[in-house]
Amino acid sequence: MNKFWGFVIKEFYHIFRDKRTMLVLFGMPVVMMLLFGFVVTNEIKDARIAILDMSNDNTTREITNKILSSGYFQLQERLSSDKEIDGVFKKGNVKEVIVFDRNFEKDLYRKGISNVQLITDASDANQAKMIAEYTSGIIRNYGLTLNQEQNLPFKINTEYKMFYNPELKGVYMFVPGIMAMILMLVSALMTSISIVREKEMGTMEVLLVSPLRPIQIVLGKVMPYVFLSFINAVVIILVSLYVFKLPIQGSIVLLLAECFLFIVLALSIGILISTVTANQQVAMLFSMVALMLPTMLLSGFIYPVENMPLILQGLCQLMPPKWFIEIVKGIMLKGGGLEKVWDETLVLLGMTILLLTLSASKFKKRLE
Amino acid sequence: MSQDSIIIVKDLVKKFGNFIANDHLTFDVYQGEIFGFLGANGAGKTTAIRILCGLSTPTSGKVSVAGYDAYKQTEKIKQNIGYMSQRFSLYEDLTAFENIQFYGGIYGLSSKEIKSRSAKLFDRLGFEEFQKKQIKDIPLGWRQKLAFSVAIFHKPKIVFLDEPTGGVDPITRRQFWDLIYQAANDGITIFVTTHYMDEAEYCNRASIMVDGRIADIDTPLNMIKKYNANSMDDVFYILARKMVD
Repeated sequence: MNKFWGFVIKEFYHIFRDKRTMLVLFGMPVVMMLLFGFVVTNEIKDARIAILDMSNDNTTREITNKILSSGYFQLQERLSSDKEIDGVFKKGNVKEVIVFDRNFEKDLYRKGISNVQLITDASDANQAKMIAEYTSGIIRNYGLTLNQEQNLPFKINTEYKMFYNPELKGVYMFVPGIMAMILMLVSALMTSISIVREKEMGTMEVLLVSPLRPIQIVLGKVMPYVFLSFINAVVIILVSLYVFKLPIQGSIVLLLAECFLFIVLALSIGILISTVTANQQVAMLFSMVALMLPTMLLSGFIYPVENMPLILQGLCQLMPPKWFIEIVKGIMLKGGGLEKVWDETLVLLGMTILLLTLSASKFKKRLE
Repeated sequence: MSQDSIIIVKDLVKKFGNFIANDHLTFDVYQGEIFGFLGANGAGKTTAIRILCGLSTPTSGKVSVAGYDAYKQTEKIKQNIGYMSQRFSLYEDLTAFENIQFYGGIYGLSSKEIKSRSAKLFDRLGFEEFQKKQIKDIPLGWRQKLAFSVAIFHKPKIVFLDEPTGGVDPITRRQFWDLIYQAANDGITIFVTTHYMDEAEYCNRASIMVDGRIADIDTPLNMIKKYNANSMDDVFYILARKMVD
């Protein structure tokens, strides 16, 4: 046992003395969190809009107020005719024009239906869609409160539906994904690199000739990363709690336990990669291509799995991060207990056992 | 020199599929001698060393290292041998002392023992200035000496040196052989492979492997006489050519 701890301590020396490793381990998670949370977000804030109110009655003014006070929009210009719309977009200082139909209020109360048109600058297609969705969300909301107050079936027609979380926060979607990505990257990439480095330096030979058992060598290499990855998981949770004010609805113990499971899974992938690669560059490339892309694209992190072609959907089922993200969402956002994420946990557990056996047998084979 | 055998190899065969890497090797290595294990690349040296170090199991034949069986007692073998390769195998981002501490630790030495032994070691080598330096800041020749000292730090019965002087200048090589002699004087058996045939002449006895078989074993001097050669270099060529014909 003493031998083993000596090994672990040595591993920590490697980690703490290498600036690059330290940066990847501790800088990257925080930077990535902040990047995804603040910059690469699909939230909108202070989007400039113009309003063409051809009715100019109480209802349209009230809706306008609601839209402008939401914090998402900023009124750039009031238009007086639809001929100006083209010009306003061409100048490029407006993202959306909201057009209220003539006789908006009258139509609403007489016919129970009236129209509002949302015109967006779709040169940035994603943003345009988002802005239109946000606007229609606010208008719909207004329509609903109106219905409750008046108890009459009023209908304001807008073209978009609300897909978003109630507070329209992008962070809700990103935190679980970032967590999967960072844990995957730190655990798998760093372990595969550190094992391959021993091979490259020739120190692996000496370790194998020593009385240490192969299992002790692997565990010794992996242990520090389990520990550090776990710290990372805690940091991510803290940042999302205190910087992004994202509450954890479910049990934090369960969340940490699931993180631990995912870390072990990622580590066994790292060991597997180290057995099939001969040098650090290849291991790094392999980890990036084999882990990062699937984690980002095929896990529901950025693109929803349900919108993918069937073949890709099938492929997604094979990606561990997909299951982990579902678990994290289930616990953090929906407040589910173990019984809610039981299926996903079993899948992850099965994958972990499979990968561990595979990498252990591969590692042994290389010794022969 | 006593004639007790510390390594006994009899009819060792190692096959990889249809390829025979070691074809009925038979040799003994005596307690306390410097044994040269020579042969061209691909002659099967590495395979044999891996078996002797307990890293790989023979296909057939009898192999005993330091009194332990290479089939069943590899753990015991590992505990009793040291190993050093051409790559020196020190951790560059650890200091000299930390390397010693680490390797001493995995061989089960107590930290007290490690401290007292390393103090003696640094003193004897005149190495104090490097003790707290990371390996990457230490000159190559010193690194090599340190690597050797680390390999015999746990006082193994046998130390395996796999081309320990590859890529090192002649003066450093000479100094390194002084260390080897010192260790042999202390009773450690040295099992060394090398490409440099002049080094072969420093060994007490040497074997020359060609195509998976041992072509000859004898003292360098006897071999040179036997084959009517000028040096071990000539002996090597004569044997290699003979086996091919």
